[in-house]
Amino acid sequence: MGGDWANWLGPAEWQAVRLSVRVAFWATVVSLPLGIFVAYALARWDFWGKQLLNGIVHLPLILPPVVTGYLLLITFGRRGPVGEFLDAWFGIVLSFRWTGAAVAAAIMAFPLMVRAIKLAIEAVDPKLEAAASTLGASRAWVFATVTLPLILPGIIAGSILAFAKAIGEFGATITFVSNIPGQTQTIPSAIYAFLQVPGGQDQATRLVIIAVAIAMAALILSEYLARRVAKRVAGS
Amino acid sequence: MTLRIRVQHAFAGFDLDVDADLPAGVSVLFGPSGSGKTTVINAVAGLIRPDQGRIVVDGWVLTDTASRHNIAPHRRRIGYIFQDARLFPHLSVRQNLAYGRWFAPRDAQATSMDRTVEMLGIGHLLSRRPATLSGGEKQRVAIGRALLSGPRLILADEPLAALDEARKAEILPYFERLRDEVAVPILYVSHASAEVARLATTVVALRAGRVIACGPPAQVLGDVGVVGARGAASLLTAQVVAHHADGLTELATAAGRLWLPRIADAAGATLRVRIMAQDVILSRDRPAGLSALNILQGTISDLRLGDGPGVMVTLAVGEDRLAARITRRSAEALGLAPGQTCHAVIKSVAVAPDDIGTGLRASPASRD
Repeated sequence: MGGDWANWLGPAEWQAVRLSVRVAFWATVVSLPLGIFVAYALARWDFWGKQLLNGIVHLPLILPPVVTGYLLLITFGRRGPVGEFLDAWFGIVLSFRWTGAAVAAAIMAFPLMVRAIKLAIEAVDPKLEAAASTLGASRAWVFATVTLPLILPGIIAGSILAFAKAIGEFGATITFVSNIPGQTQTIPSAIYAFLQVPGGQDQATRLVIIAVAIAMAALILSEYLARRVAKRVAGS
Repeated sequence: MTLRIRVQHAFAGFDLDVDADLPAGVSVLFGPSGSGKTTVINAVAGLIRPDQGRIVVDGWVLTDTASRHNIAPHRRRIGYIFQDARLFPHLSVRQNLAYGRWFAPRDAQATSMDRTVEMLGIGHLLSRRPATLSGGEKQRVAIGRALLSGPRLILADEPLAALDEARKAEILPYFERLRDEVAVPILYVSHASAEVARLATTVVALRAGRVIACGPPAQVLGDVGVVGARGAASLLTAQVVAHHADGLTELATAAGRLWLPRIADAAGATLRVRIMAQDVILSRDRPAGLSALNILQGTISDLRLGDGPGVMVTLAVGEDRLAARITRRSAEALGLAPGQTCHAVIKSVAVAPDDIGTGLRASPASRD
């Protein structure tokens, strides 16, 4: 069975799976620090433009993904203002590259990540943080030694949710970076491509099974980890 | 050490305006809920910034709104014991205790972990998580955590209010030990006059954001304007003489012997006994044939009429004062007047264990 398993997926399908995992992993890891920061700001601070920031963060959840992809294209494309700058100064090109797919996935997954972490931060009693400050901990230390450990379940849940969302992202990705096998063809794009050609149904079905498996595994893992960490944090 | 607090802060309901100069020892902010006590100590801790104020600990200015000077809470070196313990749920008891110590400057780490753990009797809890502790145990750990952060001032915000009577009785002696064995001044918030009687060296009585009385506990707790006629009490200094087989403890006071239900402290210990003014009966002649065991002799120093039918009679007994609340009719029938010698009768069982505190003049060596 072991040999069969390796051959179960064709090279093109494997490529799509590997690329999807890579894109989703980097999308999650790179956006996590910003996600924690934004969640903290939204949960704890009062500042001018808070509602605006909240709106922008949640926009990808409401906008048609094609619109988000198009906005990315005109901003980060080679001719776009940011894209041109990145290309000229750092030699970074996002459009039609896997890095661009990661950016699109990160932006689409960001609201889910921020929501989960924000909920966790709101559940932390600020009185505990005040107690830590009277014991000599500066703001940064309070965050590192009290807030962060207490919101860890939320961070884990948010990250896994974001990872699963990034794996499945289709509309913004295909609009921004197209559907290039080995370069930007993630699992959803590959399923779409296989369904466009006669006889591609089997390949599509196998990828659909993988997509379902990854999504289910992510949900189960996030529940399990969150519960485990919550138990450790509550100390019971 | 001195603590100088001047705080003005406007709330929706009332304005807080407190000005107090406190000497070393335990200063108790005493008043009903909503009188502004917690706001005052939160201002001292730096957790709130008063509209106007100046807070100085031993010459060190923590807050001075006039010069926009404000030291961040984590630099104030204050050990804060909260009503709700506020232990970190994700850390063990040992890690909770070590938390403040880790941030303390090296010279402030003199308080040893072992000694603190032993003093609070929490050695068997060290590897436990806060969620598994009882309310009293949590509060003992919180005291240790505050102490080990090497504070220059300890703040306690109604640390016993969330506990039942048995747990209160369990924790109070630790605060007495803190006061007597650890040379750190304490600012303690309470609405319970029994706690004031046992712990305080100075009392600041607050009502609706204003200081209505400030002074030694014997004076403030006897002030009808602060505690009301029913709450008025006296504090007598007494020394344990002997424990008797019938369950009574014999104490010596400046005015004679006191017999009270068994007290835990050993012979020789100095105690402070709170006696409610309404539990005292007065007699011109030394009474005989009474069931009450305690008859103290004193000189009437003051007679004060209340609004109702009552009179507050104060006797001088040695250095202490003993107040008796009797009716005006009785006072007239007895012809009481200042300067007269009088006998005060107190039922032994009227004094609850709650009312007996290990005295301020007790030397640490004389106990345990």
